[in-house]
Amino acid sequence: MSQDHDVSHAAGPNRRRILQFGAAAGAFAVAGPVVGWMPAAGAATPPVKPKGQAVIGLSQEPTVFQPLKLHIEVDEAVYMNLFGTLWRSNPDGSFAPDLAAEIPTVENGGVSADGLHWRVKLRPDVKWHDGTPFTAEDVKYNLALLVDPKFLSGRRAGHDLVRDVTVVSPTEIAWRMERPYAPYPAILSWTWLGPKHILEKEADVNKPAFAQNPVGTGPFRWSERVPGDHVTLKAYEGYHGPGPFLETLVIKYVPDLTVLYTQFQTGDIDYIGLQGITPDHYDEAKTLKDRTVMPVPKATTENLALNTALPVFKDRAVREALYMAVDKASIIEQLYYGLPTPTESYLPMQSWAYNPDLPKQSYDPDGAKALLDAAGWKPGPDGVRVKDGVRLEFTNSTTAGNHLREQAQQLLQQNWGDIGARMTISNLPPAVMWGDYWMLSKFESAMVGLDFMVGPDPDATDYFSSQAIAAKGGGGQNTTQFVSPEADALLKEGASTVDRAERKAAYLKLQALVRRELPYLPLFQYAMVQGVKTGLEGYTPNINTQENCWNANQWRWA
Amino acid sequence: MASFLAGRMAQSLVLLVLVSIIGFAVLHLAPGGPMAQFALVPGMSQAQLAAMSHAMGLDQPLPVQYWQWFGRLLAGDWGRSYRDSVPVLAVIAARLPATLELMVAAVALAVVTGVAVGILGAVRRHSVFDALSTAGAMAALSIPTFWFGLVTIYVFSVKLGWLPSGNRSTPGDASPWGYVHHLIAPACVLALVEVAVWSRYMRSAMLDVIDQDFVRTARAKGLTERRVILHHVVRNALLPMITLAGLELPTLLGGALVTETVFTWPGMGRLFLDSLGYRDYPVVMGILMVSALLVLLGSLLADLLGAVADPRIRLG
Repeated sequence: MSQDHDVSHAAGPNRRRILQFGAAAGAFAVAGPVVGWMPAAGAATPPVKPKGQAVIGLSQEPTVFQPLKLHIEVDEAVYMNLFGTLWRSNPDGSFAPDLAAEIPTVENGGVSADGLHWRVKLRPDVKWHDGTPFTAEDVKYNLALLVDPKFLSGRRAGHDLVRDVTVVSPTEIAWRMERPYAPYPAILSWTWLGPKHILEKEADVNKPAFAQNPVGTGPFRWSERVPGDHVTLKAYEGYHGPGPFLETLVIKYVPDLTVLYTQFQTGDIDYIGLQGITPDHYDEAKTLKDRTVMPVPKATTENLALNTALPVFKDRAVREALYMAVDKASIIEQLYYGLPTPTESYLPMQSWAYNPDLPKQSYDPDGAKALLDAAGWKPGPDGVRVKDGVRLEFTNSTTAGNHLREQAQQLLQQNWGDIGARMTISNLPPAVMWGDYWMLSKFESAMVGLDFMVGPDPDATDYFSSQAIAAKGGGGQNTTQFVSPEADALLKEGASTVDRAERKAAYLKLQALVRRELPYLPLFQYAMVQGVKTGLEGYTPNINTQENCWNANQWRWA
Repeated sequence: MASFLAGRMAQSLVLLVLVSIIGFAVLHLAPGGPMAQFALVPGMSQAQLAAMSHAMGLDQPLPVQYWQWFGRLLAGDWGRSYRDSVPVLAVIAARLPATLELMVAAVALAVVTGVAVGILGAVRRHSVFDALSTAGAMAALSIPTFWFGLVTIYVFSVKLGWLPSGNRSTPGDASPWGYVHHLIAPACVLALVEVAVWSRYMRSAMLDVIDQDFVRTARAKGLTERRVILHHVVRNALLPMITLAGLELPTLLGGALVTETVFTWPGMGRLFLDSLGYRDYPVVMGILMVSALLVLLGSLLADLLGAVADPRIRLG
């Protein structure tokens, strides 16, 4: 599917075509729904009035209900249903208008040919859940709040390039970009908007009373939250889009994955999202009556991050040899039940920028040994290789208690021990692992699942730019401290042009470069086992969103 | 009595301050922090994390942070949760009823069953029932609550379908029976260990009393065995149980941590674990203080009730 998708656009669309980043062009996004789910979508006739209830089970608790504020992935399960965005990402990678009347393009005058001037027309029929009309003033307020230095914003990158925001009319807004920034449409597809008329009256924007009783423009309105248990949303019958067809949507928090699965088994939960059903329950789950269970791809890839600023990892031969010595097939087949897909790239295979021609890793301990021998890494008296006084010895860290990763680490320890590299496991609780230890590159090597993209856009500046190394004062997540002028140039080229062919060429080269330099040893692209109760129709996975309840407005019971 | 109460109050205050200092220090000195949950958010930067950390005052020296927190506490401000910005007292107040509901049900079950088993075990000393109840108590004390909870769910929810697999209620069903139905399994699981403890203590207390002179006298007066046991032995054996009730509160709170997780019960135990995981310092400190307060109150209440029940005890 991704091949076809790529080919259709590789013929060289011009800049004008690329700026049609809407439904027709499918640009800037990731393609590919899971085919198996599709027949269910739209099978039943939607009810005239919303009826019934669906319970979504999640293993983390949504707690932040101001959508512009700093939040985590799980909070977006609520945003998708309570709030609206200017446009949203479809499973096939296209954008569909939500609060905007149309996707701005060069043809419709929405975007200037140089990508600097934007003019967005808004739907005239949208009302907030309290009945107040949604207008361009709301959009202007949100764009300003996102970059307000006093506000703990969820994302500034991209929005900080917006200048001269002008309300042309209640249904039209215009702005200028400081420079062309290709990922911005994707960022806007993940930017849920809040009501100006309520938020501007808050005494403290960081501790808003609004969050206790949020008001949005989405298909469901706020009903109640029982902290630590669930959030209940009710159908908003004044919704401007299709649906909602369910009367009640319950987002239930069940922290333990085994208990979550049990509640899916007993029918207390209608859909398991986020981390899904654990791989060890997959075989059993497939046999459950009246349940549809299937792995769906995620944009996240599993990697071994190497801190390239450390002497032991400075030598590319070491990184290559370590990668050659990884028994990737055993990790995937034996530990992850064959669910994930092996990968060589940091991008998901469904991305239009994915490079399928990267060299395939094969488990080759002898080749790894030969490579290290040739690079001057000689075995010491205890079997650990040494070069210029540097021992091939390091720690590997990940979240303590993640059993699958812990087992993978043990296999890696053995794999690397076989070629004369000593790895010590040093796992930490999540609050420690992903704090300064990760962000300020205090780890030696780490096992980590990362989504390198900006929303559905393949820009990975945050992870590979030499300006994004937090340990050196940069603003980003280049925690492997990977420094490459070539990568910097390719990242700049990819993000600053709106020509998709040019962007793709840059990102193909970047993936080849990253595969060659190996700051991350790519293991696999995640697939989450998701389960839905039979009869709940309209469910469609979407790799371009953080959560698959992105279209709950179309869910309904058969 | 008044001087006893004043003394205990002063002791309790000192203890609460000590608990707060130790708790605050241990919590903040443990590696990691509340920013970690945001580290892997796409587009996150260290500068953003640092700004947030500064806004929360987490970049201040630890003694300064403690003093600020303590000062606000004295003024009645317990702070706000880092996660949802809700005032800590409101967060705790929202979760306390669920825990109390579970604990009251479990205690009632444990006391009634445990005392009954203990009485029967003592009266029928060395009988088959006594041997079985002793073995059962040992088994109950040895079974990990987490495992027992999962087995209970597997048997009664998954296989038999008699009980819900968790939660305090079914969304959309506010009927009293719905709540009771959901309460049965977690209350039984939480009560299991308590039944064992209470039965052993009760049996032991009964045996301490059963051979004493006043019991022999009662029998010599020609009272029925039933009257001797219920009016003379049990009443005296129950006195130490009052103290036990006060001291068992921390055990119950500890048990609630596990039970609430297995049964997705939205109480204080779950709140504590979640808050600890996210390093939500204000909420963890709030729960710590409330729990310490409850334990101290439980102990004080046990002393007072003991004195009321037993005229030989004089307070003050």
